Amino acid sequence: MAGIQLLQREGVRVIYPQGQSCCGQPAYNSGHRADALKVARQQVKLFKKDIPIVLPSGSCAGMMFKHYSELFEGDPLEKEATEVANRVFELTEFLVHVLKVDLKDKGEPVKVTWHGSCHSQREMGVREEPKELLRQLESVELQELKREKECCGFGGTFAVRQPEVSAAMVEDKTKDISDTGASAVVSGDCGCLMNITGTLEAKQSRVKGQHIAEFLLERTDEA
Amino acid sequence: MKPEGTFRQRAKEALADKELRGNFRRAMDSLMVKRANQFSDVDEWTRLRSLGEAVRKRTLEKLPDLLEKLETNCKKNGIQVHWAETTDEANQIILAILQRRGAKKVVKGKSMVSEEMHLNAFLGEHGITALEADLGEYIVQLAEQMPSHIIMPAIHLNRRQIADLFKKKIDGFEYTESAVEMTAAAREVLRREFSEADAGLSGVNMAVAETGTIVLVENEGNGRMVTTVPPVHIAVTGIDKIVENLEDVTPILSLLPRSATGQDITTYVNMISSPRKEGEKDGPEEVHLVLLDNGRTRIHADPETRQTLQCIRCGACMNHCPVYTKVGGHAYGGVYPGPIGKILTPQIEGIEPYGDLTSASTLCNACVEICPVKIPIAQMLVRLRNEAATGCPESSVKEAGVKKSTVEDMVWKGWSTSHSSPAAYSMMTAVLGMTGNMMPKSAPMLKEWTSVRAKPKFAKKSLHRMVKKLGVDDE
Repeated sequence: MAGIQLLQREGVRVIYPQGQSCCGQPAYNSGHRADALKVARQQVKLFKKDIPIVLPSGSCAGMMFKHYSELFEGDPLEKEATEVANRVFELTEFLVHVLKVDLKDKGEPVKVTWHGSCHSQREMGVREEPKELLRQLESVELQELKREKECCGFGGTFAVRQPEVSAAMVEDKTKDISDTGASAVVSGDCGCLMNITGTLEAKQSRVKGQHIAEFLLERTDEA
Repeated sequence: MKPEGTFRQRAKEALADKELRGNFRRAMDSLMVKRANQFSDVDEWTRLRSLGEAVRKRTLEKLPDLLEKLETNCKKNGIQVHWAETTDEANQIILAILQRRGAKKVVKGKSMVSEEMHLNAFLGEHGITALEADLGEYIVQLAEQMPSHIIMPAIHLNRRQIADLFKKKIDGFEYTESAVEMTAAAREVLRREFSEADAGLSGVNMAVAETGTIVLVENEGNGRMVTTVPPVHIAVTGIDKIVENLEDVTPILSLLPRSATGQDITTYVNMISSPRKEGEKDGPEEVHLVLLDNGRTRIHADPETRQTLQCIRCGACMNHCPVYTKVGGHAYGGVYPGPIGKILTPQIEGIEPYGDLTSASTLCNACVEICPVKIPIAQMLVRLRNEAATGCPESSVKEAGVKKSTVEDMVWKGWSTSHSSPAAYSMMTAVLGMTGNMMPKSAPMLKEWTSVRAKPKFAKKSLHRMVKKLGVDDE
């Protein structure tokens, strides 16, 4: 929602195809290619218009951008899928590079930290863009994590297939977050956020987790 | 070999050991920094890495030819070449050489292939003692353990633990936690062994086809002792560790130590091209090269899985793996741990005993990012997961399809049906919005999820409905 509003505020006409569901990644990563393809085909059919496709999640963006051409190899929709992949943008990269936004901070002074998702960093190559946006906000102090590049331990079905290792990973991550002294951790990936905020909440931590789109909108909204 | 228990069980045990976790966290953090310092020049890294990848890819493309060339040129140099299809065959070959020489004691340089063969145990059964001469390997041998890392075998132990071990196992060792003094104590034992050994056994970092040269890198000099002091030197390698010519050695020689330990170059670089020649004062009388297949031909046959064999065994993928860092090497239950182990072990040993290793990854791609020869480890994990879950009859992967589960198939079938029909999806999200939060914590998946996390909350209204209400166009 906040992602859409951020785009609209910049004068972008946003289309949200109501038939969309999922990029197919959960099944693809679990080795169930046929099921992944079935779901992915449905998405490709919805995004045929030659306009940018913006995703507020590095992981989903990475799936479409990096893996669709391989997943669709030999499929009747192969050409369309590759075209879709080439039009994919992660939200913050679109805000920085295409819209070149200039954000005006309206909020109270606050200290936050940033968690970059693995797929956003390593599949989309988006590392600095979100931090650049946070730094545009005058009263926001960004304290970077000690191990910013390290995975939070979500990994989709990994979290339930290997719950103990996943728990150890998110423990390390949330400790790193708490050690920054920030009052909020901002991220661009819903999977990581669900993992991190779920853990912070269980620990009754005072640190809150928030999606970057929501955070940016809240800080800069007129209302 | 079947590992004990599952990865999950072994990982759970490892996680409960706070000292072990601390040891790995500290060691891996420091190794990551050292490697990053080596490759701070991104352009140089990009170029060198592409070159390393190209060398490995070309070698593998020409592998059958190069292996023949290697054999011819080694023979010309006086190195005896042996082919082994299985680890049993390789063990028998080595035993025959040692028995012919009447050897009773073997000193070993580091060799992961010999671990793959379980050579020490095999020789022990035949009355031959094999002593590890690499300090880390020596420590794990004393501790009666497996290496927990392919280049730093005892990285799971800290100084105090090693001091305790030495106190227990080395006669006359005066307790000290000083690394220098402990190394000196081990060195004293090993020096004696080098001069008394009947044969030396080493691994191989690269075998050069055009010149018949065995390249061996190491930091302790034990590799040089093992390959020069005893009268017989036996080198064992997988058939994948070949390069075409000496020019190909240079990029690998640069990428390997810099990726592994963050060193510019290893202290010793041994290039062995023949046994002792007439008139020479040093070197073994016999040099043997044992080339082990053990499933590598099968892995090589498929262009995608072949990429596994690009590996130069630097171990950087372990150092950078967030899973390895938490659980250490023993949890993987096989010879090769970490990301490369997750793709190599199931392919060598089969999906049945080791298929669960492929689920021990978040596909975070940290290994892919730093692999000096660009092995797409994450992509290979997805491929192996697919092979394990579905399996196709013509698959090159050993025991493809053995992890097929009807329940899981049905779950994914249900998932893909609901997610590929807008009507079904809309109904599902509506139902979850109304009832999802009533699910008890003990429900499947939620139980695992809530072990350390709060229960996720389902939104009452789906995003689709909220967006529609906002008046955003549908097309």
